[in-house]
Amino acid sequence: MTTDATARPAPAPSRGRRVATWLHARPRLQLRLLLAAPLFWMVVVYIGSLAILLLNAFWTTDAFTGKVNPFDWSLSAFERIATNEVYRTIALRTVGIAALVTLTDAILAFPIAYYMARVATPRVRAALVVAILMPLWASYLVKIFAWRSIFQGNGLLSWLLAPFGLDAPGTDEIANSWIVFSYLWLPYMILPVYAGLERVPSSLLEASSDLGARAGTTFRRVVLPLVFPALVAGSIFTFSLTLGDYIVPDLVSDAKFIGNVIYDNSTLGNVPVAAAYSLVPIVIMVIYLLVARRLGAFESL
Amino acid sequence: MRQLRIPGLLLVAVLVLSACGTSGPSGMLEELGDGEGELNLIIWSGYAEDGSAFPEFNWVTPFEDETGCIVNSTVMADSAAGVQLLRSGEYDGGSFSGNATDRLMAAGDVAPVNVDLLPNYANVFDGLKLQAHNSLDGVPYGMPHGRGPNLLAWNTDEVEPQTTQNGLWEDAAQYAGRLSIFDSPDFIADASLHLMATQPDLGIENPYQLTQEQFDAAIALLEEQNTHDPQFWNGATFADQITAFAGGDIVIGTTWQFQVNNLADSPIDAVKPAEGATGWSDTWMIASEAEHPNCMYMWMNHMASAEANGQATVYFGEASTSPQACEYAETIAPGHCELTHADDEEYWEDIWYWSTAREDCADDDDSTTCVDYDAWTEAWTTLRGG
Amino acid sequence: MVESGWVRIGLRAATGVILGFLYLPLVVVLIHAFNESPFNEWPPTGFTLRWFGEAMANSAIPPAFVNSVLAALGATAVALVLGTLAAMAVQRFSFFGRDSISFLLVLPIALPGVVTGIALSATYQTVGIPFGLLTIIIGHATFCVVIAYNNVIARLRRLPRSPEEASADLGADTWITFRRITMPGMRTALLSGGLLAFALSFDEVIVTLFTAGAGTQTIPLYVLGVMQRPTQLPVINVLAIVLVLFSVVPVYIAQRISGAEAAGARV
Repeated sequence: MTTDATARPAPAPSRGRRVATWLHARPRLQLRLLLAAPLFWMVVVYIGSLAILLLNAFWTTDAFTGKVNPFDWSLSAFERIATNEVYRTIALRTVGIAALVTLTDAILAFPIAYYMARVATPRVRAALVVAILMPLWASYLVKIFAWRSIFQGNGLLSWLLAPFGLDAPGTDEIANSWIVFSYLWLPYMILPVYAGLERVPSSLLEASSDLGARAGTTFRRVVLPLVFPALVAGSIFTFSLTLGDYIVPDLVSDAKFIGNVIYDNSTLGNVPVAAAYSLVPIVIMVIYLLVARRLGAFESL
Repeated sequence: MRQLRIPGLLLVAVLVLSACGTSGPSGMLEELGDGEGELNLIIWSGYAEDGSAFPEFNWVTPFEDETGCIVNSTVMADSAAGVQLLRSGEYDGGSFSGNATDRLMAAGDVAPVNVDLLPNYANVFDGLKLQAHNSLDGVPYGMPHGRGPNLLAWNTDEVEPQTTQNGLWEDAAQYAGRLSIFDSPDFIADASLHLMATQPDLGIENPYQLTQEQFDAAIALLEEQNTHDPQFWNGATFADQITAFAGGDIVIGTTWQFQVNNLADSPIDAVKPAEGATGWSDTWMIASEAEHPNCMYMWMNHMASAEANGQATVYFGEASTSPQACEYAETIAPGHCELTHADDEEYWEDIWYWSTAREDCADDDDSTTCVDYDAWTEAWTTLRGG
Repeated sequence: MVESGWVRIGLRAATGVILGFLYLPLVVVLIHAFNESPFNEWPPTGFTLRWFGEAMANSAIPPAFVNSVLAALGATAVALVLGTLAAMAVQRFSFFGRDSISFLLVLPIALPGVVTGIALSATYQTVGIPFGLLTIIIGHATFCVVIAYNNVIARLRRLPRSPEEASADLGADTWITFRRITMPGMRTALLSGGLLAFALSFDEVIVTLFTAGAGTQTIPLYVLGVMQRPTQLPVINVLAIVLVLFSVVPVYIAQRISGAEAAGARV
């Protein structure tokens, strides 16, 4: 009697399959395996490094050699930051510019994001996305240099103002930082806002106008609230990247920002002060992120 | 979410390791072995040219070909930054000015040199050997490289010829927004140097070692200068200064001969002011924990050779270190050693090389106390940040 | 709301102006790349191809370019893996502290680069890891993870679970389902996330400054170094133009592959 060809016994499960079956019954283990690597990286490598740095804030340095005295516990670094007014000035200045840059980018991003999301044809839209991503590939430093060349005494701005008898402000104006920061981070604001606007259902806008609202009202009461989380998401980048940068202020202005203080102190050998001052942007950003999360920004990133 | 607890023991171990730091044996090399194939240097910009800027200025490639030591160099923005870089343990040595060498020698970060292994050391001018900034207790700590003053430069089209530093201080108002000064606490010494001439009753004898009263006077002078909105440059960004001078953004400021040389096509002139100037005298030093000590010794010797030192000092516009180097320099830049006063010790008498402010005033008198460098840094941060 | 004619014209004009703003410095760089003046003078003092020649002959750029590409590839790979793992965990399971994951991942980008750089540098020295390409990759991957994570999780939220369930019903095990059902669905998200992460890593300078060590050069570090070579400044204009031109290719290809639907790359 011939064996029925279709009645073969099932092949023994491969090892991979056995592991998969075993895992399938243990969802918590699956979770842990998934999270193990990312968590290890972020907590041990990243947070761990930050912790070691911040530990330095509680140590002192030798005034002459500039070496850190580890385990020489002291609050002198914090004292210096708290008592010397200049640190407050710098922090306020940096936060102020960061807020201004965020506002500027929000205003600039909206029209183009709206156009891309609701008015442009798909082909134009794709082209615009490419057009917005392209400047990100030009070197950050070169873009700053380009702005510097525009601002400098014999640069583009000076040439444009000359017929009006005006002189370019030069390369040491704080307004330069505002312009350059707004320029650098604009794509990071446009993309989330565009994504957010895409998600606004047309039916809502139609309903709004059916109910008699004019464009401005619809914008203010329907579009803006819906897009707000995306705006906050974009603002995380514009705000934080401005808060910590030191290269832009160094190259296009003379004012010192938070990043400059941290960088200067660490390279000049006063790591405790650098570490202590690092707490300023860290605390600011943690609070900012918590508020942003509450506002739903993390879903709109 | 599973909390990942960093085992307490691991954390303590890490902290203890970081405390152990970089202090280690700082012995002198006894014998020169073979090159290790690599050399990591900390330099002032322009001190390790490999021909990529100008083909005729290249003292790195011949060295690499001869010794097999491939040179990697990192530029420091100022001396304090250089000190930090060396302490990272990543480098074999570098070209340090006096206000870095004193800290490095005191902290044991650099090792004394065995001059028997450096044949070219014998040629170096006596005025550069065994100085306070490159030796400790009569033991040499490095190979002298070059020295130079911090010059005063101005735009001849817009500023009349300068002889003193007044254009930076008392007369600075007319150049508001267009003067350029060095962005480092070390610049406080330029202020105190000016006070030595204009306010002798303050009794300043050394622009780097100041009593609190003298220090406050220098800071007051700097604050006044700050009201005229100066622009700043440092050792890592002095290309900016060249562009700014060329473009007319700045019309007067302190500078190095290097920038002046690069502005040959612009209406720029420079001088050592009548009251003297701060300056710097650089020495190649080897890290105590150098990974490639043989290559470093070969480099130090190479940099004192006639061609290397001649080229390097002509390129940077600083004074050459030996008669042989001067002879070579004559062939590529006639009059170089005369222009830079390489062998003219009298010229250097009113030039105060960068050194670090110390609480004990760096003198033998126990009764004197001076403002320490930490206070200099703090004061400078306050000046710049406001 | 059908946007009225005026609004449309206004939006079109605004878009044009903003695009002009975005490209103004790039045009300036392009012009300066041919500018005879080594000081970026305006108007250009003359036309020259000298800087192209010098850039071509420059011996420091190729190794820096290779390092930049390798570092970016390494960082992107690590970021994609870690980001996907985290995204899958967050999207498919519910657990205590779930909300904290995205918070944790965004920290490296939200905190100043100089802080991350100093912290990592100190750790490397303490633990004794030699500085080089590896330390750069670790630094870059740390802030690139969130890019991958955001893109993947946004896609996972939109992917229906039914094909996966059907696959399981048909007898496929976890790996097969992942490989044949989930991955293809995620592919375009991985592409746009990976591209953005690559760009971010390639162009990064501050963290790299602290984590590269003595012997490793990347393109941004090279550009920073050129600031100290006054006569070589225009070479970086040439470099920037070349980089932008080269990048048109991958960005365009990614666009074609992902299609307009994935056009909204998540930052």
